[in-house]
Amino acid sequence: MSFLRVLGLALALLWAGSAAAQDVLTVPPLTARVIDQTTTLSEPQRAALEAKLAAFEAQAGPQIVLLLVPATAPEDIASYAQRVADSWKIGRRTVGDGVLLVVAKNERSVRIEVAKALEGAIPDLAARQIIDRAIVPAFRQDDYAGGLNAAVDQLMARIRGEGLPLPEARGGAQRAAGLPLEQLGMFLFAGVLLAGGLLSALFGRKLGSLVTAVAAGGMAWWLSASVLLAIGAAFVTVLVVGVLGIGTVLQLIAMGAGRGGGGFGGGGGGFSSGGGGDFGGGGASGRW
Amino acid sequence: MRIVTTRARWGALCTALLMSSTLGGCGYNDFQRLDEQVKAGWSEVLNQYQRRSDLIPNIVATVKGEANFEQETLTKVIEARSRATSIQATPELVNNPEAFEKFQKAQGELTGALSRLMVVAENYPTLKANQAFQDLRVQLEGTENRITVARNRYIKTVQDYNVLARSFPTNLTAMIFSYKVKPSFTVQNEAQISAPPSVNFDKPAPAAPK
Repeated sequence: MSFLRVLGLALALLWAGSAAAQDVLTVPPLTARVIDQTTTLSEPQRAALEAKLAAFEAQAGPQIVLLLVPATAPEDIASYAQRVADSWKIGRRTVGDGVLLVVAKNERSVRIEVAKALEGAIPDLAARQIIDRAIVPAFRQDDYAGGLNAAVDQLMARIRGEGLPLPEARGGAQRAAGLPLEQLGMFLFAGVLLAGGLLSALFGRKLGSLVTAVAAGGMAWWLSASVLLAIGAAFVTVLVVGVLGIGTVLQLIAMGAGRGGGGFGGGGGGFSSGGGGDFGGGGASGRW
Repeated sequence: MRIVTTRARWGALCTALLMSSTLGGCGYNDFQRLDEQVKAGWSEVLNQYQRRSDLIPNIVATVKGEANFEQETLTKVIEARSRATSIQATPELVNNPEAFEKFQKAQGELTGALSRLMVVAENYPTLKANQAFQDLRVQLEGTENRITVARNRYIKTVQDYNVLARSFPTNLTAMIFSYKVKPSFTVQNEAQISAPPSVNFDKPAPAAPK
């Protein structure tokens, strides 16, 4: 009976989740540090804020993002901000220091969402004070850029006092943020070489390469749930183990490594989330 | 000689297949990982409830300073808090559906009593002007938000765990090790929530039907 109830509950939750997903606002893609969907800020104002936040991130490390939307109905601003923060995960991967400021202009409400790593620097009361003293008075006079600037200044001042680790040199940070899929690929590749070597010693090159290919395809299918990727992995395995032979591939890799492994990474200049921010509901909301 | 190598080949093949199927398919490690995640998620929920429970004495003390504050509302909060804290909230609670439900009910009552207190407090101008009370209100709001987030995360983790425990072939592992589905949060008063709230500023609203 309790089994049935739990199952019913799970179904209800799923149904509620999909129903809610149809109604609520979608989370916009994280394209910049200042995302203005209401065209409240003029382009120079937006660019100035953006530059300020970028300079702060380069100098101190934490990521601050401002999001201006027309309205968050039917959700309240707190749960919308939480959803956005959960999907963006702004903040450095290793530190998790991010702050999200959401303005719902037509509803005249604002929320500062603070990642767990910064809840010491910006407790709820401080967030509320920033809203009450910096944002609300300016917003009441339609000075949106001024209010946001003042709020950002106060946020930065509070974060600076926290003594967070300073940002690393560029290369290190980017390597740490490598995609998990890439890592999986590397792992699979190394596994193929190892297993291929072992199995072709056991069964000979033909049968060994086939067995390894099936295993690699199965692994790829299991890890990525994509049949196409699985077939690709199996095919590459046959090529590597059966046609070229392990020894040749190892030689090639050694040659490549000798030349200096300039690897993945890439993508300079643009803004992307550090992916480390864990938002547990800290921060404060206010209205003007 | 020839036979031996063939047999060795098949033996190795079978071993490889068996190993890959047992390691990847039975989901034993997934159960361990998710079980720990559920525990951690539950601890976070408890942590946030504790934070709220620690805030309440301050709120009560501040409200008591207000002359002729509605005593009934205040008493309800105090009683609900003592009921909620009297339940031993251990991490093992997640494996005991009855105790879990009791705990959840007590916390739900406390949520109701507290939100009612905050609504009533709106009617007292001196409280509204009291900075200490306003600060406590912000802290309570933040705590309620954290509780919501912690509960949502717990629900998601439990869902992952329960799906693993019910789907084939990992349900066989669950059967062997007798892993049971874990209880999750429900809405206690569904009818009350779906009905629009009635607001009466003259006198306290009648107690909600149980």
